[in-house]
Amino acid sequence: MTGPEYTYPEGAAAFPHRGLVAIAGLAPHEIWFLLDEAEQWVALNREAKKRRDLLSGLTIINAFFENSTRTLLSFEIAGKRLGADVVNMAVATSSVKKGETLIDTAMTLNAMHADAIVIRHASSGAVQLIADKVDCPVLNAGDGQHEHPTQALLDALTIRQAKRAFAGLRVTICGDILHSRVARSNVIALASLGAEVRVCAPPALMPADIEQMGVTAFHDFDAALAGADVVMMLRLQLERMQGQFIPSPREYRHLYGLTLDRLAKAEPDALVMHPGPMNRGIEIDSNVADHVERSMITTQVEMGVAMRMACLDVLTRQARGVPGWGGEAGA
Amino acid sequence: MSQHAPLAIVNGRLLLADGTVIAGALRSERGFIVALGADVAPQDGDTVHDAAGALVTPGLVDIGVFAIDKPAFHFGGVTRAALMPDQNPPLDVPARVRFAAQSGKPDFWVHPLAAATRDLEGEALAEIAMMRDAGARAVATGRRWIGDSGTMLRLLQYAGMLGLTVITHAEDAGIVGSAVATAGEMATRLGLPSAPAEAEALAVARDIALAELANAPIHFRNVTTAAALDLVRRAKARGLKVSAGVSPAYFMLSDVALGAFRTFAHLSPPLRGEADRKAVIAAIADGTIDLIGSGHDPRGPEDKRLPFADSAPGMAGAETLLPLTLSLVRDGVIDLPRAFALLAANPARLLGVNAGRLEVSAEADVAVIDTDRPWIVNSDKMAASAGNTPFDRQPVQGRVLALFKGGVAVRGR
Repeated sequence: MTGPEYTYPEGAAAFPHRGLVAIAGLAPHEIWFLLDEAEQWVALNREAKKRRDLLSGLTIINAFFENSTRTLLSFEIAGKRLGADVVNMAVATSSVKKGETLIDTAMTLNAMHADAIVIRHASSGAVQLIADKVDCPVLNAGDGQHEHPTQALLDALTIRQAKRAFAGLRVTICGDILHSRVARSNVIALASLGAEVRVCAPPALMPADIEQMGVTAFHDFDAALAGADVVMMLRLQLERMQGQFIPSPREYRHLYGLTLDRLAKAEPDALVMHPGPMNRGIEIDSNVADHVERSMITTQVEMGVAMRMACLDVLTRQARGVPGWGGEAGA
Repeated sequence: MSQHAPLAIVNGRLLLADGTVIAGALRSERGFIVALGADVAPQDGDTVHDAAGALVTPGLVDIGVFAIDKPAFHFGGVTRAALMPDQNPPLDVPARVRFAAQSGKPDFWVHPLAAATRDLEGEALAEIAMMRDAGARAVATGRRWIGDSGTMLRLLQYAGMLGLTVITHAEDAGIVGSAVATAGEMATRLGLPSAPAEAEALAVARDIALAELANAPIHFRNVTTAAALDLVRRAKARGLKVSAGVSPAYFMLSDVALGAFRTFAHLSPPLRGEADRKAVIAAIADGTIDLIGSGHDPRGPEDKRLPFADSAPGMAGAETLLPLTLSLVRDGVIDLPRAFALLAANPARLLGVNAGRLEVSAEADVAVIDTDRPWIVNSDKMAASAGNTPFDRQPVQGRVLALFKGGVAVRGR
């Protein structure tokens, strides 16, 4: 119940960024502000009538250049619950397949006067590239192996609701750290909020100099689990388990699968998290994933919608002229 | 060869082949230097250029460029460039080499580098002897390392027999894979595919061993890491025919320049950490590095305005080659004669061309340089066909005032 309580200024100064491209560059109190903003939407989402017309008349484009089910759905629901007109651009039906450049696509979206664009792309830095070219706020829904900021925010919200504070909290992130944008965003967010972050992976899946990001690196999962308050498992891509990085899925499970026995090495009330989709029986056993008291996996999905509603709300305040946010009716 | 009048450059400070600088004049006839020194005077019929006290140096010889971009080379004082075989289509047959060798004349000389293997695939040897006779001055593996040690050994033996140096790209391909950055904090934070810097030392170690086995000369186009430079240093001490080059980016910048996914800093090999940058400077100072080249590779927005890993590597370097090398003189790393050994004499020797130094009977490729003139690099206003420089907005010193190829003034700014 102890830990840093962040205060933040009134109005736009609480979150003085045009978009949300990365957790890197956000001050702890700015992260805290977004978490606070999400709480009202957590409550709303649990009511029967879940719709507010805050963003009525605004157009949000979800431009997903990489396949996604849950993140796309989460952003779509978030936008619709706030009353926005939400359009999804799926890569399979877009002109990107016809060779249009990313910049041309961005300029096209911009010309349609979107009020916010949510982008997922397979290349690190692609979202920043688009954000620099368009006039509206851009939200990063995952760019390559770089960042996935709303995932880190929803994970932080999930943890905060259960644990209240981050100072002194031990969070162990295990899996393919090298290729994971979820890991990067979480490392930055959680370390920034004062948690003690451990990352665990075999050497081939551990990025160089990860310690420079303020974490402790482990290869031994049991050691990484000792005393952990939160265990965050990452999805291992099947194509990386065919011998290049990992000899086989069952060998991966042997060393890094979260079983009930392994979970016992963590704190007795340790939370289990996973950004999904899960490889049940590989990185996480079903009896762990479905553990009623410990698994937060469905809570994460729930927090995801609320967190994205908060981000869409905050980032469109200037355009909507919310007092104090620098719009035409603002200060 | 030249139909032009003899040339006299007067009132210059001449940087002579022995490294001394003397006040005097230089004369050339029919494209060759015929006299230079304090007592040389223009003769009747000479075209006279007044250097007005500026430094008179050999024109730069730039090994390992990817495009023939005359305005940029002339701006930068480059009179000859060795063109990488990585063209479309590649320089892997005699006809393309012959065409490339003629493509710059009369005011710029292109020395094609013959592709070591067909299509630069690293498998079947290309027709190196015929390409030599068509004008190739050395052999290059292109942007790639030849992974098969047997192929590399046979290449070194064959090129060595033909009197050609093999210019190789030193990155172990198995380790590098599709990496676009050096493994380290920067690549980790940006989430860029990266490979350890040791990939370079591994490639250099193998290729030195193969060159020794073949008793053949080898040149590493860019040696950018402390570990690989140590290997080159030791190989030279043992008397092996090993030489090394580098581009200014590797002694000016570290991988911090990748911040915000700046694709103008996407180079091959990738920018290294700060310790390696300092090691490059030390290797230039102690003679381990033999030459500095621009790696000139102008790339427009279609290649550069992309996500970092999807963008093409390379930078437009011809215009900044001279001032950035002169910054090493200003910092006391090297002296002025050594700078021009790195930029002209040594690369000319590697290519076996009669240029790169001011002496009687050498070709009259001459630059007149104000070594101190300050200017600011501006990627929007470069002479190059594209402005992809990581040095945009950077103040530099050193500017070419006049340039002569074969005793004839070339156009250019």
